[in-house]
Parts: sequence; C-alpha cells; structure tokens
Amino acid sequence: MSEQIKISIKNLNCFYQKKEVIKALNLDVRENEILSVFGPANSGTTTLLRALNRMTDLTPGARMEGEIFLDGKNIRAPGVSITELRRKVSMVFEVPTPLPMSIFDNVAYGPRLSGVKNRVLLEELVEDSLQMAVLWDEVKDRLHTSGMRLSGGQQQRLCLARILALHPGVILLDRPCSGLDPVSTSKIEESLRHLKEKFTIVIVPHNVQQAGRVSDRAAFLLMGDLIEVGPTAEVFANPRDKRTSDYITGRFG
Amino acid sequence: MHIRVNPKTTQTIAKVVIWAAALLVLLLLFTIMIYFLSKGIPHITWQFLTQIPSDMGKSGGISSAIVGTLAVTLVAIVVATPLGVGTAFYLTEYTRESGVTKVIRFSAESLAGIPSIVYGLFGFIFFVTYLKLGWSILSGGLTLAVMILPTIIRTSEEAIRTVPPMYREVSFSLGGTKWQTMTKVLIPSALPGIATGIILGIGRSVAETAAIILTAGSALQMPTSLFSPARTLAVHFYILASEGISLDNAFATAAILIILILLINIGANLLVNRFVAKRR
Amino acid sequence: MKLKNFGERIPQGLFFIIALSALTVLALITIFIFVQGVPLIAKVGFFHFIFGMKWAPSQGYYGIFPMIVGTISVTLGAIILGVPVALCCAIFLAEFAPRQLSDVVRPAIQLLAGIPSVVYGFWGLIFIVPLIREYLGGPGLSILAGSIILAIMILPTVISISEVSLLALSPLLKEGAFALGATHWQTIRSVLVPAAKSGIVASIILGIGRAVGETMAVIMVLGNAVALPNSILSPVRTLTTNIGIEMGYASGEHQQALFATGIVLLVIIMILNSVAQYSIRRK
Repeated sequence: MSEQIKISIKNLNCFYQKKEVIKALNLDVRENEILSVFGPANSGTTTLLRALNRMTDLTPGARMEGEIFLDGKNIRAPGVSITELRRKVSMVFEVPTPLPMSIFDNVAYGPRLSGVKNRVLLEELVEDSLQMAVLWDEVKDRLHTSGMRLSGGQQQRLCLARILALHPGVILLDRPCSGLDPVSTSKIEESLRHLKEKFTIVIVPHNVQQAGRVSDRAAFLLMGDLIEVGPTAEVFANPRDKRTSDYITGRFG
Repeated sequence: MHIRVNPKTTQTIAKVVIWAAALLVLLLLFTIMIYFLSKGIPHITWQFLTQIPSDMGKSGGISSAIVGTLAVTLVAIVVATPLGVGTAFYLTEYTRESGVTKVIRFSAESLAGIPSIVYGLFGFIFFVTYLKLGWSILSGGLTLAVMILPTIIRTSEEAIRTVPPMYREVSFSLGGTKWQTMTKVLIPSALPGIATGIILGIGRSVAETAAIILTAGSALQMPTSLFSPARTLAVHFYILASEGISLDNAFATAAILIILILLINIGANLLVNRFVAKRR
Repeated sequence: MKLKNFGERIPQGLFFIIALSALTVLALITIFIFVQGVPLIAKVGFFHFIFGMKWAPSQGYYGIFPMIVGTISVTLGAIILGVPVALCCAIFLAEFAPRQLSDVVRPAIQLLAGIPSVVYGFWGLIFIVPLIREYLGGPGLSILAGSIILAIMILPTVISISEVSLLALSPLLKEGAFALGATHWQTIRSVLVPAAKSGIVASIILGIGRAVGETMAVIMVLGNAVALPNSILSPVRTLTTNIGIEMGYASGEHQQALFATGIVLLVIIMILNSVAQYSIRRK
C-alpha cells in the first residue's frame, strides 16, 4: 500500500430528487490499497461508489456537487470523456450479469469497445484477465460457450475478468459476493488480495465481516455522513466514534 | 317464480358453446384455405409462374405480378425498418417520458388505425401527384412503408424493452457509448422481436390491395425500374376476380397468395424459436 | 477526449430526427387529405355533405349520408356477429385450451389475420352471397353478407387483445373465487371477464375501427347501391367502398369529394382511437 493518493473526493454532495444522500464528503483513496466503504442501508455507500465512475449520471433525478480528482484531474470537469473514465474506473455489480454472449466475447467486450481488433492481442488479453480473476482453469476449454451457463460464483469472476481486460486503474465492487456461496466468496476475496498489487480497489462489502477480512482501510458511512476512516484493524478494534462500534458490534443495522 | 339452475349445468352449456366457437373459427380458416388451395393449385404451372399475363390476364402467367409484389415489399421494408427501429430506440433509450415521446407515441398509434383506402388517397396525392413519382413501384412501396411503420415501431419497442436493463448498465460501465450499447448488445438481444415486426410488415405488404391500386397502378407488363407501374399479386387477384376475367387464374393467384402468407407466418415462428434457443 | 462526447451528440440528434418521422407522416397525411377535401365540403356545405341523401357526382350532388348509414349498419352487424364468437375464443384460449391445443389455435388465428382481405371478399361472393339469396331472399349482395365477412375479419383483433387482457389478470383473482366455492364458469363470468373489461372493450373498439376502415373485403359483396337500405338484405355502399369504386375514374370536384369522404373516415377513426385509449387508461 503506497501513500500516493489515487482518488481524492472533496466536498461531495449527492442529491436524489430533493433528498440529500451524501453530505459534504471528503475522502482519499490511496494507490494500491483495498478501501472498504461500509454502513447500513441507505447510507450512500452505493451512491458514493457510482459517483466515482459517474454512473450516477445515468440515474434520473440524481444531482452532484463537489469535486472528485482521479490522478489529480477532476472527473466532473466539463469536457471529460465519460467513456474513457469508465474504462479507467471500472465496476463490478452486485448481481452477476454476464452479457448474452460467449465467455470469450464477454471478456473481449470492453477492449473491442475501445477499438482493439487484433485477434492475437484479444486472445492474450482474455487469458490474462481470466487468470487474474482465478477463472482461467475452469473455463479454458469452453471459452466459446455462453457465459450464462456458468454458476453464480463463476459468473461474478467472469464479470471481474471483464473489467480487468480494460486494465483499469481503479476497480469498484458493489457487494460483489452478496448472492454467492462461501467458497466462491473466498475465491473472489483471494483474487482481490492479489489484484491490489496492480490496481486500486474500493469495495462496498455486503457485511461487516467481509470488510474486516479483505480491506486495508475502512470508511464508515452513516446516513450520508463519513463518520470515520482509517486502517481496518484500528477502525474495528478501536473505533473513535461510538456509532461505529455500535454498528460493527451489531447494536444497530 | 324462481328457477334454480344447477351451476354445473350452466358450466357444461357454457363449455360447449365456447368449444363450439373455437371450432367454428378453426373451421372457417380451414374451409377458406382449402377452398382456394384446392381450386387454385391445379392451375399453378411453371409457365404460370414465369410468363407475364396476356389478354388482360385471361391467359399467360403472373410473373410480372410476382416481381411487382417483391419490389414494393422490398421498398417498404428498406424504408420502414430503419425508421421504425430508430424510433423505437429513441423512445426507449434517450428520453424519459416527456411531451415529445407522448406525441411520437400518439402519432404511431394514430397511424396504425388509418384505413388502407385513406393511405391510398394519401399515396396518390402525395407520392404520385405532388412528388411526381407517378404510378410506380416507388409510390406503392413508399405508401406501404408508411402503413407498416407503426407495426415496426410497436414490436421493436416491445422487443427492446424486454432486454434486461442491467445489460445497459454493464455496457456503459465498460465504457460503451449509447450507440455501441445499442448495436452490440441491445439490438442483438431484441432481434427476434424486431424480426417479428418486420415479418408482420412483409405480410401486410403482400396482402395490401386498396392502397396499391391507387399508387402503383395496375399495369400488366414486367416492371423495369422503380419508376415503372406494376401490379401486385393481390391487385391481380382482385381484378381477375371482380371483373370475372378468368376464374381459374384467379384461384391460382389466390392459392399462391395463401401459400406465401403461410410461408411468411411459419418463417416468423421458426425465426423466433431459433433465436430464443440460441441465446440460452 | 472531447471528441468522444461529441460523438454521442451526433447519434442522439440523428435518432431524434428519425423518431419524428411518425409525426411527420401523420401531419403530411392530415394536411394533404384536408387540403384536397375541405374546399369541397366548404362549397357544398357541411350539413349538405354529411346529411345529404343524394350522391350523384355527374350532377353535382355530394351527399354521403347513404354511405354513412351503410358503414354503420355493416359495422354494427359485424360487431353483433363477431364479438360474441371472439370473446368465446379468447376465453377458450385463456381458460380452457390445453397447452398443445392453444399452441395450434393461436398461430391459426394469426394466419386468419394474414389472409388478404380481397380473398375473403371473393370467398364471400362465391359462398355467402348465394346462400343468402337462396335462403333469405334479396339479391344476396347485402349488408348481411358484408357483416358476415367483416365479422370474420375482426375476429383476430378482438380475440388476441381480449386473450391478453384475460391472461394479464392476477391469478389471485381466480383463486379467491374458487376459494369461495365458485365453479370455473361462474368465476369466468362474474370475476374474470369484468376484471378484464377495459382490455376487452378496447379490443372491440379496435375491431370497430378495423371494420369501418375495411374496403376490399366488402367491395365485392355489398352490391354497391347508393341508396338508403331498408333491411339487412339490401345492397349498400360504405364510405370506404365509395372511394374504392369511384377513385379509378373520378377527377376534379368528384375526386375532391372522395377526399372529403376520406376526411370523414379519418375523423371517425380518431374518435374511436381516443375512446379506446381512454378506456385503457381508466384501468
């Protein structure tokens, strides 16, 4: 984990219709770390994640104020290419959603969108990405079968491979293991630990325990406010705020 | 006087009536089809299909009508499909329900109800006269395009709406533009529905008579260009039958029409089933 | 980087223009038909046009009332004959038919809808007209013949939309009725059909629209007499067949009068469409 700042969020306010979902948030994401953003439902965790690659632009009625700096450049400045942003800051969703195509085409989809046509290059990309997502061994003999025939855990790793093929700088994961069995969950968590050497990872865990298992630093969000952030071990063992300890110990949820 | 009828009896009577109604409909269909097929198929020969009509259609064949039908249908499909699918895409992708989409939808639904003879009047005054295209395949095809546009819009919109919304999110999150998302994910997924609409449009074009007579004319010769007047199979049948020129040829033409419609319907169903299976 | 966002705007603008095509076409149709027809209506006078009993273009008489009566009577007949059969079929498909049978019947009805209207018309001329002449009297070419043919033609429309309305009902409705001890038929009659009412009504209105607009199916069986009918066995002309018959040789004022008839048809269809939309929205 380096001390370099990859993403810097300054005074972020998010509104949905008239409701304020995130209030005056300031947060830094360090390069090559796994940062978990956790909190009870409706605290703005998913909204924060989606703000980082401007998926919030797609939600009708959503409005944002403030600045988000990626490698020093404000991603909300006018004239910024959203499509390029989303290739640099890529997201894995809660529900595994393979596209209705073969495994190969799923992983190659992103690179093809940005113009990669060379067959050899694509094959290399697909193999590398599937290796990084710890899926290659299970599917290498059936790359051209439909991605929809995989199990839930395999599908989610396919979604991970899909974004890895874009060589993003940042990987966002929104409750990636929420429907998966413990074996699949641990496989994904294992791959994240390897991936952080090359990428920066922000994850919204589906329960507090996952944050404890997988992240270097943890940020606790409650009803749109950032309550505290720090190294995971500290936040969990010695939280500075009573609300944090109450949530972690399960006094409220 | 209060008569109590056993509900079970009422139910039995109702069931009989309902099954009878269904049977009646099936019977009607088969009677009509078999009548024309049996009277017409014996007169379908290779010469009939490849020669042009002579003697006002009393002898000779129907090749020019076949070509005419294919030509106007092709023009109609080529013009109406991009417009229809594009409109459907606009309605589902680029806007939330707004004044504009309501107006567009209202227009499409109104167009769907306009009688074909009124389309014929429009085609005559607009394409034939105002745009000076004359009685031609082009006039007929463009009029047909306008007639099938609402169908293609409606079926395409339904088809695109059934594509899971998550596919769009996934495509956008991988850096896809709206255009890339449409062409690489949405349209391929919606293709069975869109194809069904196109096939319905083809069926409508083949069967249409009133609008064609007023716009493509009823010339018997083989059309040589888009600007030639032409006859379609349906028009040819109408003229043969209503003016009593040749009953045999009329039946043969009707038989060919029915066989075409049968093939189109079967083709549509097969297409849909094959695509649905492929995606799984 | 800027170019990418610009590349988004071009397709958006293009699709907007494409989407306007439906509106443009509707506007063109309305404008061109009205431009041709309104001067004639103005010249003859609105009431003389609509309620005039005499249609004799060569003498300058343009009253379309006999045709209006023709359209109404043929359509009414089609509804009376066709809707009950169609409803029974819809109920059959939705409630009684086993899966294999409905998989055969539904495409069959689609096929029925695809057959060209001229074929129906000719079949009516050969089968129905002689039957009527034989057993009921009159020339056979009559309102009754037209109604029978139109009834067959509106079956697919009414059946498919009514069936969809019935299938869209929540299964809880049926279960609730059964739980109260109702028989299957009682449930259909008193619970399901009323619940699907707005869809069924919409289907009937669309069927009416179809019947009003049909030309080729009836042009061969109606007898085409320009006179007020005195029974269902009388020959008539409808608004549509009037245009179909005379457009081939009409010119000048006569042609304008046919366009004016087209205006009347457009107005009728617009009214029917609005009523159908209103009925669906009320649900």
